[in-house]
Amino acid sequence: MSIRVGKAAKAPAFPIAAHKALENNQLRANVRRATTTIRNKRALRVEEMPDWESLRSAGAAIKQHTLAHLDHYLEEFVRNCERAGGKVHWARDADEANSIAINLIRTYTPKDSTAPVEVIKVKTMTSDEIQMNHALEREGIVPIETDLADMIVQLGKDEPSHIVVPALHKNRTEIRDIFRASMAQPELTDQPEDLTAAARKYLRERFLRTKIAVSGANFAIADTGSVCVVESEGNGRMCLTLPEVLITLVGIEKVIPSFGDLEVFLQTLPRSATGERMNPYNSLWTGVTPGDGPQHFHVILLDNGRTKLLEDEMERETLQCIRCAACLNACPVYRETGGHAYGSIYSGPIGAILSPQLQSLEHSRSLPYASTLCGACYEVCPVKINIPEVLIHLRGRVVREDQKTLKGKLGVENIAMQAAATIFRSERRYEASQRLARIGQLAFERKGLLTNLPGMAGGWTATRDLKPIPSHSFRDWWKSRNNTTWSPKSNMSQGGAN
Amino acid sequence: MHYNTGYHGEAVPLVRRFVELFRDAETVCVPSASCVAMMREHYELIARNEDDPRLLAEVQALLPRVFEFSELLTKKLKVTDVGAHFPHSVTYHPSCHSLRMLNIREEPLTLLRAVDGLNLIELPNREQCCGFGGTFAVKNMDVSTAMLAEKKACVIETKADVVTSLDNSCLMNIWGGLHRDGSSVRTVHIAEILNSVKGLAGGNA
Ligand code: SF4
Repeated sequence: MSIRVGKAAKAPAFPIAAHKALENNQLRANVRRATTTIRNKRALRVEEMPDWESLRSAGAAIKQHTLAHLDHYLEEFVRNCERAGGKVHWARDADEANSIAINLIRTYTPKDSTAPVEVIKVKTMTSDEIQMNHALEREGIVPIETDLADMIVQLGKDEPSHIVVPALHKNRTEIRDIFRASMAQPELTDQPEDLTAAARKYLRERFLRTKIAVSGANFAIADTGSVCVVESEGNGRMCLTLPEVLITLVGIEKVIPSFGDLEVFLQTLPRSATGERMNPYNSLWTGVTPGDGPQHFHVILLDNGRTKLLEDEMERETLQCIRCAACLNACPVYRETGGHAYGSIYSGPIGAILSPQLQSLEHSRSLPYASTLCGACYEVCPVKINIPEVLIHLRGRVVREDQKTLKGKLGVENIAMQAAATIFRSERRYEASQRLARIGQLAFERKGLLTNLPGMAGGWTATRDLKPIPSHSFRDWWKSRNNTTWSPKSNMSQGGAN
Repeated sequence: MHYNTGYHGEAVPLVRRFVELFRDAETVCVPSASCVAMMREHYELIARNEDDPRLLAEVQALLPRVFEFSELLTKKLKVTDVGAHFPHSVTYHPSCHSLRMLNIREEPLTLLRAVDGLNLIELPNREQCCGFGGTFAVKNMDVSTAMLAEKKACVIETKADVVTSLDNSCLMNIWGGLHRDGSSVRTVHIAEILNSVKGLAGGNA
């Protein structure tokens, strides 16, 4: 079995990729503008909800319960979906899912057809996770992204940088240039109306002529066997209703027990994702309805590393995610670097915990460290995933794996951490090391400042000054002070202006 | 530092040491929100992971007596005016851990507003992290510096003389960046401001 998350396995470490992203001022300006806008809209829509905290708790509880009984709910979903005329396939990993999709597309393509086989796609991150477009193209099948942002990414031969707005790193002018180049419209302006009109024309033709669609799913509902997709543009609705064949790719964690549970998520998801009270388009379908919509409906249930996360209670929490991207928009790190630096289609805080867990840690070991643990992600998450806690847990795994190797044991960081742990355990050692450091720092002190430290600490002084350890420490002062007890009164009487 | 960086095993003796030192204390006052956050969020978990019920019991007995400095004053001692005098314009940076882990929002502002002569100016976009993040500051130096640049710009915009906070680590970061730029804005821990009295104003000022 080979578990892959996009191209993450080959991506450079986060600090290296981030360094490159930080040099791109246009990208940074785009990301800052877009995330600030969505973040403010979200705040507005969340503040107006008196029961927001209960909705978050309810969302978390539903997901935790489902994940604890995932086998049960998946089987229930399969039964009900197939009873309604759908067909469900199980895929262990990316390759299996792609070959199921390719076989289905082949099956439904007339044998005598000479035209290139096309499929239209509804926005699905899961298909990017398994790199479905590449797999289809290798087989001569042409995937057409219909979500506006996904289309921009596809036409610009780019990678998604955000899980809800994949082209968030592009501004209008850059989008105009991509459209001009790929739609043979040299006169196109960057006015929103013109850009939408160009996209509409391009897409309409394809909606009408394409017979097969591929979608993802926001929710798979066990007790009815229904699938739900929410979106803003209506392009998804076109793909879900016009073609004859619909293939829906669903990560196994997307199942929820019952139709009634949507009550919670259809309130929290749009407000968290785009700052809307409700998504303009909420599509729900159950199997096949004769004479209405696609007449052949297939679901591919994808594992690709997910069941491995179920074993550990803390890691399991990651699977609660409903992909709203609120954590990306809130993250001060993402705000500076954008999504590409994370080296995975899952970027930002959720990407920093999801990618290293789905595929082996080795491939994305710098990601758990791509955070200050400021907690802004946890604060906004509509299903209460304690991302900082999971990050710390994953850091623990990185360190433990490192310490198994000689190279890791002899690493500067490990030695420094061991030494610090020994020093912090005893006052005597702590005071002695303070005295030693006072002497040691003399070599680097310039005009009472530390401005150029060696080794890891050089990362600090490259851009920041540091005050040396003072000659009189808090501990010295504490020992030398008179043993008087403090009270608010006694301080006031010392001449406070009250 | 150890636990947050992933050195979980190394953190255990430090938890034991803390319990040993403070188990008999009536109240423990900690002038750093992130230290209190570490204790409240993780000490129990560390003891549980060690499978050490005695340590767990001791941690559980001690934690309710541990207070962050501004919490101790406002919540336990119910003091809001300590009679301090600090004739400077001050802006307050709410550190991430004080804000999101300890949920300390109004307490420090109430204390600062009561200080005689102090002109409190709101920091724009104040809830955004300053980019410190412990070892993050060196492991991801470039991103940390970019985050700090935003924080510095917000501080400069207030035209305040002093930035204060409940965490010296954030202040060390903010000061380090401002000073490198040649700015004269000072960083002063809230305890030092509250400890300033007339004729002796400025705690380290
Ligand atoms: S982790 Fe939470 S905030 Fe982030 S995308 Fe998932 S559900 Fe949304």
